[in-house]
Amino acid sequence: MADLTVSLRGVSRHFGPQIAVEDVSFSLEPGQTVALVGHNGAGKTTLMKLMLGLIRPSGGTLSVLGEDPGSGFGARREIGFLPENVAFNPSLTARELLGFYARLKGARSEVGPLLAQVGLEEAANRRVGTYSKGMRQRLGLAQALLGRPRLLLLDEPTTGLDPSLRLSFYETIRTLGSKGATVLLSSHALGELEQRADRVLIMHRGRLLADGTIGELRRLAELPVRMRLRVNGSWPALEAALPPGTEVTRSDGIVDLACPAPRKMEVIRHLASDGTAVKDMEITPPSLDELYAHFLRGGGE
Amino acid sequence: MNATLAIAGKEIREGLRNRWIVATTLLLGLLALTLSFLGSAPTGSTGARALDVMVVSLSSLTIFLIPLIALLLSHDAVVGEAERGTLLLLLSYPVARWQVILGKFLGHLVILAIATIIGYGAAGLALSFLSGDGFSDGWAAFGRMIANSIGLGAAFLAIGYAVSALARERGVAAGIAIGIWLLFALVYDMVLLGVLVVDQGAVITPPVLNALLLLNPADVYRLLNLAGSEGAALATGMAGLAADSALPAPVLVSAMIGWIVIPLALASMLFSRRQL
Repeated sequence: MADLTVSLRGVSRHFGPQIAVEDVSFSLEPGQTVALVGHNGAGKTTLMKLMLGLIRPSGGTLSVLGEDPGSGFGARREIGFLPENVAFNPSLTARELLGFYARLKGARSEVGPLLAQVGLEEAANRRVGTYSKGMRQRLGLAQALLGRPRLLLLDEPTTGLDPSLRLSFYETIRTLGSKGATVLLSSHALGELEQRADRVLIMHRGRLLADGTIGELRRLAELPVRMRLRVNGSWPALEAALPPGTEVTRSDGIVDLACPAPRKMEVIRHLASDGTAVKDMEITPPSLDELYAHFLRGGGE
Repeated sequence: MNATLAIAGKEIREGLRNRWIVATTLLLGLLALTLSFLGSAPTGSTGARALDVMVVSLSSLTIFLIPLIALLLSHDAVVGEAERGTLLLLLSYPVARWQVILGKFLGHLVILAIATIIGYGAAGLALSFLSGDGFSDGWAAFGRMIANSIGLGAAFLAIGYAVSALARERGVAAGIAIGIWLLFALVYDMVLLGVLVVDQGAVITPPVLNALLLLNPADVYRLLNLAGSEGAALATGMAGLAADSALPAPVLVSAMIGWIVIPLALASMLFSRRQL
């Protein structure tokens, strides 16, 4: 178990009477990209601060890169962190700031390449005070990538990034992941996490509600698979013989079906059995948004 | 050590960029010049050299101004970064909290030293040329006064970090800082004087008075300057006090160092306990 990047066992953190994190256990392995999902105040940021050793747990144990993060700061050399709403001193330039952070991590040679990587090369000698939110966010990403981290903690990393930067951001994450870095990212944009996260942790009021790959969570949630069909006149005959448990809504020529996930193939075979009745078909598995809503409603017991 | 120096370097760069260094240098230089030219008129009869007079008038200026500048620089160091959101990121780096305090201290100290040396030094140069004394031995006392001023600034920087690490909000830190400034620069001596007059030497014997003087960094500074310059003591009419005072220079220097080191240690301790 020594090669786990992060391991939490029964970790709690209270701020006075307020419970920020309660009895959370999970572990992260090298190379994993994990999405941390939850509403505001669910404990996502507190978890990241605990892993950085910025606050100590009220109970439970945690180990990050083989060390207790509270006992020293050696492990932080290999952690990249992007806080939510990252802020910089506005009177310095991006190059000066990144140079400063690089010096703290002993990675001064990476400043130029990283500025280029996040597309700030041309603005590097301008004061950060003149930057847009997206540019500050990119500078934030650049500093998190300093020192080739083995663990990246990214709190809402894609806020303020335009679509092309988002793509290149996720590209970077994938490259790091393939080199063995663990990436933990929290986000509200569940849709974009869906394709990119190997695993999802759902937090609610300080507790870990669900933990698994999206596929596993779908199985757990037992949410229906939705299909949208374009049909012709011979549809009613097909509808009458659909497998049980399938819900149907019709509006001229378009049919929406919702069937339990285990019956999906059965339904599809049935639909295809009459050669021409179904002209087109779209299948949508439950999205991360739906899964999240489901677990929040208490679907995960 | 590298992290501490990196933080110090960043503070100096920020000081240059936001004109702190330029502004304080100009302020100190202009005030020093004004004071010394106004104050140089009535020196003829005391036999004091122009620079000695300047040491006296500048120490009075320093007691008010340098602590104020130092507290302005330092009261914001922790709580300001926390409120602007830059502290969280800094502390996620492999840096100990005492290194943050020490780095900021070194950086601010350099800013203060540049302003004091250039500001006072330029005024001193101008005066010694105009008065015709040339480079007399008054410069030794003048140099010591500048060094003492930087020491006084260091003490108030350190006090400011302790305030900054303790306060939850910037406004509170500023309020406490101003209170501390008023206490040490004004109130302490007034109260002490009042008590001395009422007491008539019954409780406050010379050793007690000495101890009380050491409890205020501004008084330590004043005594250090007097101890350093006979001419200056003559000019203030306080030669008697300086001679009476059983506080030799090493004691005063140690007291000043204590006023720097203890608040710095306190600031580091308070900062380590601070919740983010």
